[in-house]
Amino acid sequence: MIRQLEKSADQLSFELAGHRLFAHRSGALFVPEFDALIVSDLHFEKGSAYARSGQMLPPYDTRETLRRLGEVVEQIDPACVIALGDSFHDLDAAGRMSVEDRGGLKALVNARERWIWIEGNHDPEPPEDLGGEIHHELRLGNLVLRHEPEAGAARGEICGHLHPCAKVRGKGRAVRRFAFATNGDRLIMPAFGAYTGGLNVCDDAIVAVFGEVPSVMVLGREQVHAISPRQLVPDRYRTRTR
Amino acid sequence: MASAQLPSPIAHWFSRRGWAPRSHQLDMLEKARADEHALLIAPTGGGKTLGGFLPSLVELHETLGQGATNPRRKHALHTLYISPLKALSVDVARNLIQPVEEMGLGLRIETRTGDTSASKRQRQRAHPPDILLTTPEQLALFCATANAQSFLGDLKRIIIDEIHALAPQKRGDLLSLGMAALSRWAPNAQRVGLSATVADEQGLARWLVPQDEAETSSFASIVRGDAGARPDVEILDPDERIPWAGHSGRHALGDVYQRIRQARMTLVFVNTRSQAEATFQDLWHMNADNLPIALHHGSLAPEQRRKVEAAMARGALKAVVCTSTLDLGIDWGDVDLVIQMGAPKGSSRLMQRLGRANHRLDDPSRALLAPTNRFEHLECEAARDAVAANALDGEPLAAGALDVLAQHVMGRACGEPVDQDALFEEICRAAPYAEMDRETFDRIFEFSATGGYALQTYDRFRRMVRGKDGLWRARTPQIAQRHRMNVGTIVEAPMLDVVVSSRGRGGRRLGQIEEWFVEQLVPGDTFLFAGQVLKFQGIEEMAARVTRSSDPEPKIPSYQGGKFPLSTYLAERVRDMVQDPVRWGHLPEQVQEWLRIQQEKSELPRADGLLVETFPRNAKFYLVCYPFEGRLAHQTLGMLLTRRLERMRMRPMGFVANEYALSVWGLRDMSGLDLNALFAEDMMGDDLDAWLAESDLMKRTFRNCAVIAGLIERRFPGQEKTGRQVTFSTDLIYNVLREHEPDHVLMKAAWNDAASGLLDIRRLGKALERVQGRIRHVGLDRISPLAVPVMLEIGKEPVYGEAQESILEDASQDLIAEALA
Repeated sequence: MIRQLEKSADQLSFELAGHRLFAHRSGALFVPEFDALIVSDLHFEKGSAYARSGQMLPPYDTRETLRRLGEVVEQIDPACVIALGDSFHDLDAAGRMSVEDRGGLKALVNARERWIWIEGNHDPEPPEDLGGEIHHELRLGNLVLRHEPEAGAARGEICGHLHPCAKVRGKGRAVRRFAFATNGDRLIMPAFGAYTGGLNVCDDAIVAVFGEVPSVMVLGREQVHAISPRQLVPDRYRTRTR
Repeated sequence: MASAQLPSPIAHWFSRRGWAPRSHQLDMLEKARADEHALLIAPTGGGKTLGGFLPSLVELHETLGQGATNPRRKHALHTLYISPLKALSVDVARNLIQPVEEMGLGLRIETRTGDTSASKRQRQRAHPPDILLTTPEQLALFCATANAQSFLGDLKRIIIDEIHALAPQKRGDLLSLGMAALSRWAPNAQRVGLSATVADEQGLARWLVPQDEAETSSFASIVRGDAGARPDVEILDPDERIPWAGHSGRHALGDVYQRIRQARMTLVFVNTRSQAEATFQDLWHMNADNLPIALHHGSLAPEQRRKVEAAMARGALKAVVCTSTLDLGIDWGDVDLVIQMGAPKGSSRLMQRLGRANHRLDDPSRALLAPTNRFEHLECEAARDAVAANALDGEPLAAGALDVLAQHVMGRACGEPVDQDALFEEICRAAPYAEMDRETFDRIFEFSATGGYALQTYDRFRRMVRGKDGLWRARTPQIAQRHRMNVGTIVEAPMLDVVVSSRGRGGRRLGQIEEWFVEQLVPGDTFLFAGQVLKFQGIEEMAARVTRSSDPEPKIPSYQGGKFPLSTYLAERVRDMVQDPVRWGHLPEQVQEWLRIQQEKSELPRADGLLVETFPRNAKFYLVCYPFEGRLAHQTLGMLLTRRLERMRMRPMGFVANEYALSVWGLRDMSGLDLNALFAEDMMGDDLDAWLAESDLMKRTFRNCAVIAGLIERRFPGQEKTGRQVTFSTDLIYNVLREHEPDHVLMKAAWNDAASGLLDIRRLGKALERVQGRIRHVGLDRISPLAVPVMLEIGKEPVYGEAQESILEDASQDLIAEALA
C-alpha cells in the first residue's frame, strides 16, 4: 500500500520495491536515486492522426504536451528522462510534427545527459533522428521499466500503456481524473499526452494487472492525492456476485 | 357561400359533415392564390392543420383532377410538412390521410423520420409522394445528399408546424438554413408557418420567409383564426398547509385527485420527469376508486408511450400524468381538464398546455393550477393574469448559431457541389443569418474544410476540396457518409436502457435514463421510474438492469430532468405583484400572511430595485438577495459574487439559488459591505471570463458545439466509444484550444451559447443594469420569511465552488485518517 512519506505542493512521495519515488501532479514520476524522470504515453501528433480521418482536432496537442513536459523537466532538472513508450501516436507521427515542435523536442532531448525512448505498441520503432537512446525495456535497481505490463511480472515493474484514471466518489457526485495506479509492488503510470483519454482503474484490464482494484495517486489541480480503492467507482457498474 | 371557392370533392366533404370552412382556412387559400408566404396563428382545435394543408389539397386536385389515382402519373413532391416531433408527423398523417381519403382526392401522403426504413426511403426518392411529412433533421439530410434538386425541385409549398417552438432553437437554425437551400432548388415554393401561441409575431413572420439582400426585412402575411373562448383558469387553494419550498405538490394531491374523479379526462402536467414519477406514484397510493391513471414522459420506451396514447385516444383513461412530451399539438383524446402541478414558468407554455383541454373551439378550456410552494402561488397568479390578458412570452429569436452553420456548410458540400460565394448569399437569405458578415462566414467555411486553425497544418487532410470547376465538395464519399451520420443539433446526454427482469437474463425495456444518474447508484438502491419502485441490480452492456421492488418509497429520492427557468416576462409580473399588497387579494391567506410578515420583519422587494438581506445564523453569515431572474441567472450571479467576496477577504463558503433568490454565506459579516460596489456590473467582465473558462458548464457547452459543428463525432449504438469517453476527450480538446487559440471560431460559438443558455448571462446583465444604484440593504438579526425557501434548498441543491477538488481532498483525508488509526 502507499505509505505517504512526505507531501509537497507538487508531488507525493511513496515506496515501490524498496525505492523511494515521487509522483508529480503533471503525471511524471521522479526517481531520485537515479536522477531520472519518467513520463509515459506522450502520444505526439494524435491530433493530426484524427485529422487524417476527418476529425479536425486542434493541431496543438504536440505543442501542449511539449510545453508541459518542458515545465516539469525544468522544475525537476533530472539527468535522465525516460519516455515509457507510445511517445509517438503512430509510425509517421514524427514526420507530421511541425518544424517548430520538432526543434523544441530536439532541444529538450539534447539538454539532458541521457534521454531514453522505450518502445511502445504505437511506436515500436521510435524515430532515431531526434536524439536519445532506444530501448525495449530498462532496469534501474529493483525497478523494471517497460511499456506494457507483463503477466506475472516481478516486483518493481513500472509501465504505462493503460492510461489509468480514477473516479472518486464524493457527496452526490464523482470526480474523474488521471492517476498513478499501484499495489506497492507494481506501478502503472498515467498518460502524459494532451489528448490521451483514460481508462478507469476498476476496469478489467487494470484489475487483471494487480489482481484487485489498485490504490491510486490522483492528479489534482494543485497536488497529488493518495486515495484508497474503497473510494473508487467504476465508470459503469457491472453485475457482481455479492 | 364561401365554400364556392373550394373544388367540389372538398366542398362536399365539408357539407357532408355539416361543417363550413373556417374563415382563416379560406384566408390561407387566398394567400396561396396570391402567392404569398403566410403565418397562420390559430388556437388549438381551430382547424389549424387543415388550414395549413387546404391550399395544397386544392391545388393538387386542380392540377391532377381524376388523374390523381392513375398509377402511371408523374410523381413529384408538392408539399413538404416539417414538425418538431416525430410523433407529430405520424399524428398529422393520421388526421390528414383520413379526410383526404374521404374526399377521394387520390393523393399520396407519407412520413419520413429517423425511423423510416432504408427501402421506404429509396422508394420515396424514386416515386415521391404528393405530401411528405418530416422533421428538420431529415431536411438537413436531403441537403447533404446528391440529387437533392431532382427530388425537391418541384416543391410548391413548405409547411412548418409549431413554428414558435422550432424557431428559437438550434433546430430552427438548421431548418432555416435548409429552407434557404430549398429556395435555390425550388425558388417559387411558398412557405407556411403554423402556431397556436406566438409572442413575437413579427419576429416569426420574418423568420419564416427568405430575406433579400437589401437592407429591409421581408415578412410573411399573418392570418389569424378566431381566438376561441377564453380559458377558465383556477388556482388551487388547498386546505392543507402550503409548503415553503420543494416541488412535490403532495399537499395538493388530495384536491387534485378529487378533480380527476369529477372530470371526463384530465391531463396532469408537471415540469420534470422526477416530478412526474413522484406525482404518479402518490396518486396511485390514494387511488381508492382504481381510476385508470397513466404516466407519460420522454424517458419512457416508445412502446410504453404509444400504449398510453392509444388508451387516451380510446377514452380508456381517466388521467395522464405527463411532462412537456404532451405539450405540442398531438390530439389524443377527449380531454376536458388540464391540471398544471407547479408553476408553468411562462405564459406561452401555460397557454399551450391549456390548449390540450377541449379541442372544440367554442367551449372554454378548463385548467387548474396547483402551486407546489408559496412562491409558486405568486408565479401562478402572474401566469393567470397573463393568460387573461392574452399576453404571451417566448424564447427570443437570436442570431443563428455558428456550429449549426458549420454543419450546414459541410452538409451542402456533401450534397451537390457548391460555390462559396453563392453559398454565402444563400445563407444570408435565412433570417437567423441575414446579418452574418462575410469574414465570420469564411472562418466557418474554413473550419468545415480544415478546422480553421491559425496553425495551418491540416491542408492535406481537408474534408472539403475545391474542384477545377471552382465548386466545393466532400473530399471522399466516406467523409460525406460520416457527415450524414452526424446530422442534427440534438446532442443527448449519454443514456442507458432500463431493463426490468425478475431474474437473470432477458427482460423488458422500460425506457432510458441518464448515465450520470445510474452511476451514483449502488446495486440494491431503489428509485422511481416508469411509475414503479425499481431496485438497481447493475449494468450490463448498455442497460441498467433492475427488478421490481416492493418498497413503498424509493431510497434515492429523485432524478432531475428538464427544468425550465422562470420566463423574464412572468418574473416582471411577479415582482410587480409582490411589492404591492393591494394585489395580493387573489392569493391564499397563508401566502398573504407570509408576505405580510416579510413586510413587518424586513421589507418587500421593490420591482425596480434589489432587496439584499444580511443575517447571522449558526456561526455563519448570510447574504440573501432577490433578483427574481430564474435559477440559471442566479447561479451565475452566485459564482461571480463569491469570487468578488473572496477578493474582499470575506471568506465566502458557498451559495445556493432558487428561482427568485440567491443565498451566499461565509465566515465574515457582510452587512458592512458597499453593496453597489459588490453588485457592480463590471463583474460581467474579467471575473466572468476567468470563471467561465474553468467551468464544467462551459466544457459541456463546448462539447455540444463540437459535436454539432462536426469536430467530434457522435457515438452510435454498437460503437466501442462510450459517451463518457467522448465527454472526457472534448474536455482535453477544450483545454488545449483555450490555451493555444482562444479566439477560435468554435470557442466563440461555445461562448455565445453559454451566454444565452446555461448561464443566462444576458439576463443577468440586464438585471444588474436595472438595479444599479437601487439596492436596498436590510440588516437583520435572524432569517426573514422570504429567505426561508432558498435557505431550505441548502443541502438539497449542490453547493457550488471548489467542490471538485474538495472531493479529492476529502477522499484523501479519509485515507490519512485510516492510516493513522
